[in-house]
Amino acid sequence: MTATMRPAQGSNISLARRAWEIRRKALRMGQVQGQGYIGQALGVADVLAVAYFHAMDYRPEDPEWEGRDRFLLSIGHYAIALYAVLIEAGILPEDELETYGMDDSRMPMSGMASYTPGMEITGGSLGHGLGIAVGMAMGLKRKKNPAFVINLMSDGELGEGSTWEAAMSASAQGLDNLICIIDFNDQQADGPSTQVLSSEPLPEKWQAFGWFTQRVDGNDIDAVRAAFDAARAHPGPQPRAIIFDTVMCRGVPFLEAREITHFVRVEADEWDKALAVLDEGKPL
Amino acid sequence: MTIASMARKYEPRTLPEGPRVATTAMIASLAAEGYESVSAPFGHALVDLATSDDRVVGMSADLAKYTDMHILANAMPERFYQMGMAEQLLMSAAAGMAREGFLPFATTYAVFASRRAYDFIAMAIAEENLPVKICCALPGLTTGYGPSHQATEDLAIFRGLPNMVLIDPCDATDVVGMVPAMAAHDGPVYARLPRGKVPEVLRRHKPDYRFELGRAQMIREGGDVLVIASGLMTMRALDAAEKLAADNIGVAVLHVPTIKPLDRATILAEAARGGRLVVTAENHTVIGGLGEAVAGTLLQAGVTPQFRMIGLPDAFLEAGGLPTLHDMYGLSVDRVAEAIRGWL
Repeated sequence: MTATMRPAQGSNISLARRAWEIRRKALRMGQVQGQGYIGQALGVADVLAVAYFHAMDYRPEDPEWEGRDRFLLSIGHYAIALYAVLIEAGILPEDELETYGMDDSRMPMSGMASYTPGMEITGGSLGHGLGIAVGMAMGLKRKKNPAFVINLMSDGELGEGSTWEAAMSASAQGLDNLICIIDFNDQQADGPSTQVLSSEPLPEKWQAFGWFTQRVDGNDIDAVRAAFDAARAHPGPQPRAIIFDTVMCRGVPFLEAREITHFVRVEADEWDKALAVLDEGKPL
Repeated sequence: MTIASMARKYEPRTLPEGPRVATTAMIASLAAEGYESVSAPFGHALVDLATSDDRVVGMSADLAKYTDMHILANAMPERFYQMGMAEQLLMSAAAGMAREGFLPFATTYAVFASRRAYDFIAMAIAEENLPVKICCALPGLTTGYGPSHQATEDLAIFRGLPNMVLIDPCDATDVVGMVPAMAAHDGPVYARLPRGKVPEVLRRHKPDYRFELGRAQMIREGGDVLVIASGLMTMRALDAAEKLAADNIGVAVLHVPTIKPLDRATILAEAARGGRLVVTAENHTVIGGLGEAVAGTLLQAGVTPQFRMIGLPDAFLEAGGLPTLHDMYGLSVDRVAEAIRGWL
C-alpha cells in the first residue's frame, strides 16, 4: 500500500475525459493504418485511463524510473490502446501517432519492448506476461522496492497453461505487489472465450489459486477506480486479480452494435464517422 | 489396432546370458573410467559466484537436487527460488528477475528447457537479450530413461535462436570455468550441465587448460586425424586417441565447448593443416549440432578435408544402461576408435 500522491492525480482532467482521449487517439491510429484492434482498444480504454491517471506511479519524462509501477502488456495486439495511453500520458509524442504500424515506427502493430518507451515487455506470444510479472515482482521484493507490477492480459490468455503456472507461483511467493488485470470481453480469435474453453467461473478460479480477486464492470470508471484502490490497499499477502468485464468497441455505438469479432472490420469511410460519433460524447 | 512402431512390445523377452546391465538412474553421475571426479562443480562454482556478485540468484523447476542447484539452495537459501514443476514459468520469471537487474541461473533438465519452454526462452529471454543463464542437466544421451529424458536435439533447437550462446562443457574444469564466464557475458546463455560426480578430464591431458567462452582449444596433437569434439565426446575422443596411438595412429583433439558462437578461425586453421581426416564428435543428434556447424564452416571457407561425423542417429533412442546405449549408438570409446580406424 502506498499513500503517495501520484502525478496524474493532481490533474483537473477527469478520468472520463482521459478515456475519451485514449479512444480518440486509438481511432486515429486505426484510421492511419486502415485497420487495428480497435474493438479491444475502445473496450479497454476506461481501464487504461484509471491505471495511468489514477492507480500508477510513473514519470513521463523518465519511463525507466526505478520507482515506477511496471505495466506489462501481455496482449501484444492491444498495443494500439497502450500507445494511445502512452501518448496521453506524455511518454510518447503525439505527433508520432500517425506513424502507427508504418515502417520504422516506434509503434509497431504488436507491442515490443525494444521499440517503444513505456513498453516494458514484448507481448504477443500469449500467456507470457504473467510469468514475467512474477519474476519482476520477486525482483522488486528482493530490492525492497515498493512498486507494483500490473499485468494486463486478455480472457483468451486464460487458455494458456503458463497463466496458471504463474498464478500458482505468485501466491506461493506471496506476491502482494502484483496486480493481474484481465480484460474480459468474451471474444477471442475463434469465438466467445466462455465457449472456446470453460473460462468460467473465473473469480472462483483465481480465488482458488490464492489470489485476492475482484470482478467489476470495466467500462464503469468509478468501479474500475475502486477496484484498483482495493487491489493496492488489500492488507493480505496475496497477489491481486481484477477481472474487468468490458464491451468491445465501447464508445462508438454503431460499431458496438456490429456483430463483434476478435478483429473488428471498419470500412475506410467509417473512421471519420466513428470519430464524429465519439466527439459528440466528449466529456468535460 | 497395434501401431506398427509399437509392435515390439508384444515380443516376449528372455533373461540374457552373462552380466546384467541395469538402467542407469537419472541421479547417477556419468561413469568416466580412469578419471578423478569432482562433486557438484556447478553448485560450488555458483556459490562462489553468488558470494562475490549480489545480482546472482538461483532458480529451479523442482529439479534443484538433480541439477546441483541444491548446493546454492542450502548454502544461501535467500538467493534461491523454487519455481515448481513449471518450466514455462521458470523461464518467464527468470526473464522478469533479469529485467529487475538480477543475474538468474535457471536449472531444469535439457529436454524440458528445449522442448517445453522454448517459446518462453525465445520471446521473454532471447528476443530481449536478457542475461538469463539456463543450465540443464541430462544433455544428449546421459540417461537410460528413454526419449522423455534424453535431450538429443537441444543444441539443434537452440542453435537457431538469435542472441543465444551455447556451451557444451566436457568436465569439471569446464563447468567451474563456465559459470563466471556465463555471468560475464551480457546476454542469454544455454549450458549443458554435467552434474553429480563430474570427471576431471582436460587438465590430465593439458595441465594448463582453462575454459574460455567462445574459444576452441587443442587438447592433444596428432598427425593423422583431427577430432573436433564437444562435451562428453571430447573425453571419448581423448580416450579413443590413446587407444589408436597404440596402433600408431595419431589423433589430434580440438575441444569446442562453445557451440555458438563457434570458434571458426581455430576450426578452419586446424582443419586446413596437414591433410588429416576430420571427424566431428558430439553427444547429440547429427542433425543441427556441432558436426553440421563445422561442416558448414569448412565448406563456406573452401576447406574440404575428408570429413566424417560421430553423433547420435536421427531417432528416438532406447532405454537401458548407459554403457549399453553408448556402445549401441557409437558414443563409447571402443566405437569411436573403431569408427576412426574404419575411415582411415
